[in-house]
Amino acid sequence: MLTETSNKICVVIGASHAGVNFAFALRKEGWEGEIILFDSDPDFPYHRPPLSKAYLTSEEGTQHDLLFPKQNYETDNVTLKLGQTISSIHRKEKSISISDGSVQHYDKLVISTGSRPFIPSIKGLNTANNVFAMRTAEDAINIRNALKKNHNKVVIIGGGYIGLETAASLSKKGALVTVLEREERVLSRVTAPEMSTYFEELHHNHGVSILSNKNVKSVDFHNKINEVHCDDSSSYKADIIIVGVGIKVNTELAEKAGLEIKDGIKVDAYCKTNDENIYALGDCTYHYNLHYKKYIRLESVQNAVDQAKIAAKSICGEDIAYNSIPWFWSDQYDVKLQMVGLSQGYNQTIKRIETERDNCQSVWYFKDDELLAVDAINNAKAYILGTRFIQKNQIIDKNKLSDISIGITPTSFI
Amino acid sequence: MATITFITNDNETIIAEGTTGSVMELAVQNKVKGIDGDCGGVCSCATCHVHVEAEHWEKIGAPSELENDMLEFDENVSEYSRLCCQIDVTDAIDGVVLKVVK
Ligand SMILES: Cc1cc2nc3c(=O)[nH]c(=O)nc-3n(C[C@H](O)[C@H](O)[C@H](O)COP(=O)(O)OP(=O)(O)OC[C@H]3O[C@@H](n4cnc5c(N)ncnc54)[C@H](O)[C@@H]3O)c2cc1C
Ligand code: FES
Repeated sequence: MLTETSNKICVVIGASHAGVNFAFALRKEGWEGEIILFDSDPDFPYHRPPLSKAYLTSEEGTQHDLLFPKQNYETDNVTLKLGQTISSIHRKEKSISISDGSVQHYDKLVISTGSRPFIPSIKGLNTANNVFAMRTAEDAINIRNALKKNHNKVVIIGGGYIGLETAASLSKKGALVTVLEREERVLSRVTAPEMSTYFEELHHNHGVSILSNKNVKSVDFHNKINEVHCDDSSSYKADIIIVGVGIKVNTELAEKAGLEIKDGIKVDAYCKTNDENIYALGDCTYHYNLHYKKYIRLESVQNAVDQAKIAAKSICGEDIAYNSIPWFWSDQYDVKLQMVGLSQGYNQTIKRIETERDNCQSVWYFKDDELLAVDAINNAKAYILGTRFIQKNQIIDKNKLSDISIGITPTSFI
Repeated sequence: MATITFITNDNETIIAEGTTGSVMELAVQNKVKGIDGDCGGVCSCATCHVHVEAEHWEKIGAPSELENDMLEFDENVSEYSRLCCQIDVTDAIDGVVLKVVK
């Protein structure tokens, strides 16, 4: 049960998807003491997914996509300290140091520091012009502003979801976009070749040039334009360069404080670290997935939000083990991709193209008889049923699944 | 402006007023239990499922194809189901009553 908390302080480092959802969940679970959220980002906490999607093509500010309305911070008495970076955690004293020199005591500490863009060491990149990452509202605003100045040749380094979404959005705005992918296909880390081919074609049909096996080696800036050089001697002119090659996990604070680190901050089923009073949530955690029976790190809203709820319950005395099937989405042009499960380790895929509708497909990933994951293109039925089948460890009749004359219903593949 | 009534699973009635945004956002703002809005309103999490009172269905209207697909196999689906992140708060929906499904 919840013990007396009214004179306790819960401090959260990182006020984004994980930290903010946690703060409100903690209040909902009955925490009566102070809740203080810190973030180096000066912008009022916002949704990140729209940054590479609708936001780039709209004229509105991020104010439209706040994680929680401003008034809820007041009604729930959640204190936000923006533009403040935490420089260290002192576990013995139960306090944190803020970069302005002040110190804040905590009874419970939550680390939701997420991740930051990984900027590869490419010769000349740091002296090139109009180079952006795509992680923060500021990045998105900078990209939008750069584009306004009639800078329309864009090179995106990296063909992951963020790179591809950004490509779709910027081409909608009239930019000439080239995506340079180092691997032999885009999305190679996260999907099957069928999906990569689908998205490569989709982009080609929208005039975006997607080039694989392109390892960027250097960049130079002369005559007012950047030139991006690849190690196969090809080069591409760019007014704007966007780097989207992946992220680095923000584990440094936790590591300095002596918390256990693997591919992220290691937490137990309740999101607790190896310190009784410190929890970690979201992109920065290395956690156990009960369904897939392995430790993983995820970069998704689902994981941030679900872990936030679990940790809030745990701090308020109710331990419920984290047990979510991961899900994710991506919007590119008029295509909605919805994904559920973890496809790593698959040895078979089954692709369905529904006949009764245009552009409605799905890829089902199996490891032998186990359904691991489903990627659904404009096909929420496949996404929803896939979720249910994975949760229930349902054995699927693969012959029926492969037969597109059989429509998708809850019973048709069983 | 629209006044919207939410009835939660514990039969709590919450009356909320809004002018913009989605009904899901209005519900979150007013702490309506059972409306989480986990995906931020992009029709991917179904944590914003409501049943529209039958007499108000005309005002709210039918879901899109994507939303319909999200709902079709839901255990609690009814002919008046909607994912309320897909409903805009406008004058046109003033007075509707929504029952929270979860
Ligand atoms: C462009 C883009 C599109 C995306 N699209 C999708 C999508 O479609 N679907 C999906 O599920 N996911 C998507 N994601 C991923 C999703 O946004 C992340 O998984 C999510 O933001 C993780 O939340 P988090 O709170 O764990 O970490 P973050 O969002 O990374 O937040 C961590 C916060 O901690 C702060 N911080 C770090 N260190 C310190 C410090 N020392 N002191 C103070 N503050 C600190 C940072 O400023 C940051 O605000 C997208 C991400 C991006 C960038
Ligand atoms: S908020 Fe996720 S589907 Fe409505």
